[in-house]
Amino acid sequence: MPELNTGDTAWVLASAALVLLMTPGLAFFYGGMVRAKSVLNMMMMSFASIAVVSVLWVFYGYSLAFGNSGSPWYGSFELSGLSSVVNDLTANGAIYPIPVLAFAAFQLMFAVITPALISGAIADRAKFATWVVFVAIWVTVVYFPVAHWVFDFGGSDATGAGYLAGKGVLDFAGGTAVHINAGAAGLALALVLGKRVGFKKEPMRPHSLPLVLLGAGLLWFGWFGFNAGSALGANGTAAIAFLNTQVATAAALAGWLIVEKIRDGHPTSLGAASGAVAGLVAITPACAFVAPWAAVVIGLIAGILCALAVGLKYKFNYDDSLDVVGVHLVGGLWGTLSIGFFGTTAITSWGANGLLYGGGTELLIKQATGALTVLAYSFTVTLIIGFLLEKTIGFRISRDEEVEGVDLTSHAESAYEIDNRAGAGLGGILTSIRSEG
Amino acid sequence: MKLITAIVKPFKLDEIKSALEGQGINGLTVSEASGFGRQRGHTEVYRGAEYTVDLIPKVRVEILVDDADVDKVLDAIVAVAQTGRIGDGKVWVIPVEQVIRVRTGERGSAAL
Repeated sequence: MPELNTGDTAWVLASAALVLLMTPGLAFFYGGMVRAKSVLNMMMMSFASIAVVSVLWVFYGYSLAFGNSGSPWYGSFELSGLSSVVNDLTANGAIYPIPVLAFAAFQLMFAVITPALISGAIADRAKFATWVVFVAIWVTVVYFPVAHWVFDFGGSDATGAGYLAGKGVLDFAGGTAVHINAGAAGLALALVLGKRVGFKKEPMRPHSLPLVLLGAGLLWFGWFGFNAGSALGANGTAAIAFLNTQVATAAALAGWLIVEKIRDGHPTSLGAASGAVAGLVAITPACAFVAPWAAVVIGLIAGILCALAVGLKYKFNYDDSLDVVGVHLVGGLWGTLSIGFFGTTAITSWGANGLLYGGGTELLIKQATGALTVLAYSFTVTLIIGFLLEKTIGFRISRDEEVEGVDLTSHAESAYEIDNRAGAGLGGILTSIRSEG
Repeated sequence: MKLITAIVKPFKLDEIKSALEGQGINGLTVSEASGFGRQRGHTEVYRGAEYTVDLIPKVRVEILVDDADVDKVLDAIVAVAQTGRIGDGKVWVIPVEQVIRVRTGERGSAAL
């Protein structure tokens, strides 16, 4: 067992905190996009995920994802409670001399944000209590096992490596386990819950674009922990992942705006925020396997692709309210496949060469298989969970509750105190008129 | 007595207020309004989805005046509210049968 490295440990702990910040960031990103009557519920779905998943993680979540069972499909319960590994260094791949608990804390934040991502597909219309139950079931049967497939590289002899990791599917920070997983689940839940009242008829404008931009900024910041932290050390791999994350995101932001300028006439702030997130998603699996120029190309294509993909819901008539499919599923698929083109062992030696580096189509096929495996599993299982919950405790609020606003009916709160008679704006002018009179 | 109602662009409110004070008018009522005229609404695009926003925010100013003051008040309002661009608004006048000052019970012109 190598000795603990303090620099690596410090970076992983800091990264864990950065990734945690992404979930409140996501809450702002999603919260700004819904109408004022459901912003609190939207944000609460993310915060509830922090609460539920963190608790489950200690009891069995970490163990189910990273416990050594010898199975490629799921971990074990041997590490339940986490108290048996308090003084251990991580054996995941046996090359990372950091405490197991630092690794567990870092991976916990991934488990927290993944179900939170799904919530964007069911804005305005989900029963909060059912959402909490859904998160608990979903992480147990979907996220924890899939994290094992992708992120568990096995013990020192690589026995019990996860299914996809063992097959050599490359996913550095979670293009499959996090984004394809959440995107496919979002599509399934959007189908189970159905369309919002007034979908495609009433305007459902984002109520606060500044909140959306704030959220995108927090996500971007936290994502450096997500991607560069996935190096699990303060080293060259973290550095390339960090830089690629920045340039791909910048390129995607530009790509989305270019599409808008050409197609709609105006580059929008919502487009800038969405483009940035699309780039972050796409570079996630690839960030340590590709050269910086390739990261720019991956980002630019992600921005263009996702800007076009968000229109699919109108064409196919499903209400993926905040475009979890268009951004996370499509961006995650593209990012995972992109390694098959741009991957090179010159960047990270344990990576692989893609099509452009003489690796042929072997890696591309592996990547496609990995992506489709997660997509199919997540979509099918989520559809079943969602359907069972809808039939038993009910997943959707009543029509009246939805029209009145889920904030008021589910949480007995409203986000903003706006009174037309005594509010700000005109109120100030009226006061000045009275005082002069 | 007449009731003058002006629907104007919100940012013109301050100028109208000053212009009316210049005409010796010392009372008015302001409320937020929204609507559309010949300019219709405008379109906004969010993630490629186009929304038509029909109702444009406006301000409604209401002033009670003596018959003799109607024209000069109308001229004062129109002079400052006009930008020459579409959506400047409308002003109209309707007759008022009776006005009572609640505090004193005064009626008619004395209550203005």
